[in-house]
Amino acid sequence: MIGALWSKHSRWILPVAAGIAFLTFWEWSVTAWKIPKFVLPAPSLIAMAFWSDGPSLLGSLWFTTRVTVVAFLAAVVTGMTLGVLFTLNRTIERTLWPYAVVLQVTPVVAIAPLIIIWIGLDRLWLALLILAWIVAFFPILSNTTIGLSSADHGLKNLFDLYGASGWKKFRYLQLPSALPYILGGVRVSSGLALIGAVVAEFAAGSGSATGLAWRIIESGNMLNVPRMFAALLMLSAFGIVLFYATMWLQWALLHRWHESEVKREN
Amino acid sequence: MDDGSVPARPLVRLKGIRKVFSNGTEAIRGLDLDIMPGEFISLLGPSGCGKSTALRMIAGLGEASEGEIEWPTAMYDASGKPEREIGFVFQEPTLMPWATVFDNVALPFTLKDRPKGEVPDRVAEALKMVGLERFAKSYPRELSGGMKMRVSIARALVMRPKVLLMDEPFAALDEITRFKLNNDLLDLWNKQRWTVVFVTHSVYESVYLSTRIVVMAARPGRIVGELGVDAGYPRGTAFRTSQPYNDACRRVSELLDDAMAANPAGIDEH
Repeated sequence: MIGALWSKHSRWILPVAAGIAFLTFWEWSVTAWKIPKFVLPAPSLIAMAFWSDGPSLLGSLWFTTRVTVVAFLAAVVTGMTLGVLFTLNRTIERTLWPYAVVLQVTPVVAIAPLIIIWIGLDRLWLALLILAWIVAFFPILSNTTIGLSSADHGLKNLFDLYGASGWKKFRYLQLPSALPYILGGVRVSSGLALIGAVVAEFAAGSGSATGLAWRIIESGNMLNVPRMFAALLMLSAFGIVLFYATMWLQWALLHRWHESEVKREN
Repeated sequence: MDDGSVPARPLVRLKGIRKVFSNGTEAIRGLDLDIMPGEFISLLGPSGCGKSTALRMIAGLGEASEGEIEWPTAMYDASGKPEREIGFVFQEPTLMPWATVFDNVALPFTLKDRPKGEVPDRVAEALKMVGLERFAKSYPRELSGGMKMRVSIARALVMRPKVLLMDEPFAALDEITRFKLNNDLLDLWNKQRWTVVFVTHSVYESVYLSTRIVVMAARPGRIVGELGVDAGYPRGTAFRTSQPYNDACRRVSELLDDAMAANPAGIDEH
């Protein structure tokens, strides 16, 4: 009875217990070893920073969230569209593929100043959006391209046999075959969109970009390390939400049929 | 065909077929074959004899390099292509893993733009034929290998084709499942009497199933002999152990030995 309960709930009891133990040790060690709060603040101080700076930090979270989510959605739409175009037309693929690769291999920090100058500091959010999009876009493009051309050969023959039109081949064969690949790209891309947004805010380093990354720099400059921790925690919480949202999407679309989401008993 | 009334006009006529692949391999040379309505005809031969290639050409997958494939009784469309009323069963079940059994069997209707109204009844009918009426909502991964092959057969039959083309359909299955599917296929054919062209490399399977066996040799692929199996239907386990069955198996084996002897090197090239 207790064994069954334990095996059912140990998945969350264990990490929560470990977390509480760690926080207790942290709180104790900071006082015992007299660590200054601008090096390592006690958890209780961080909690107080949450309480006092919470509303303004939430505003910053909202700013970063908007940039991340809009850039991510733009990456999904443009990546899939271009991936479909590449598959339909080899000439377009040969022409544009090298430029997509250039976008991918150029570190975003390096092009950030240029993009910010071009777009202008008065429209900084747009510059951040473009930078986050550049980072998030490539995995979707490359996975869509691979996925669309990986349909089973026997099924292609079958579709030919019944004289399927190009559109029907795309709709009923290529797109479903590509779905697991595209969703893999979506998962990678969602994390990259957040990284892109944060890096872009760091690179902008200006007052009108009031996202969480900027708050971290600002708190660092003022040696307000508790607030820095609070902003950091919010950022990772948002990252986790994003991660699980895409995990859920993948599960919802694939669990009936795809090997990656199928539970097997031996 | 055991009653001796052979119709005059073949359903499919292969005339002087030659097939050369783009890499220069001559897969088939000088193939002549008439396929009569209601026949259960097996193409038997070693790998590389072009039996699958011939079957795919009948289906319209790949053009012949020389010669013609005629459908004397079929309608021809404006571009001169015959309305082939065929169903095709591949060696693999070739099902869409993302679609239910129902949607997989309904695929020919989806691709051919047929009115949707009759689809549920026709799919149910096809699934009933192969004994899977309770699995319409299942996904392919939930089925065994034999059941997947049954779905594949149901899909091939759902348009009520005149000719069922089968490319080593049971080769990947275990023997018990294969015997069961052999029997079920024969029952269906005996009831409906469509024409079946069945590609196999098993002597026993070809004799058990067919009214006529066409033996082919490799390099280049060609017909080296044929044999009618006179035994009537239904055929069952008793037929598998009967004297006529054994005699037919021996004669087909001899033909196959001759076919192999024609290529003494016996190198298996693909």
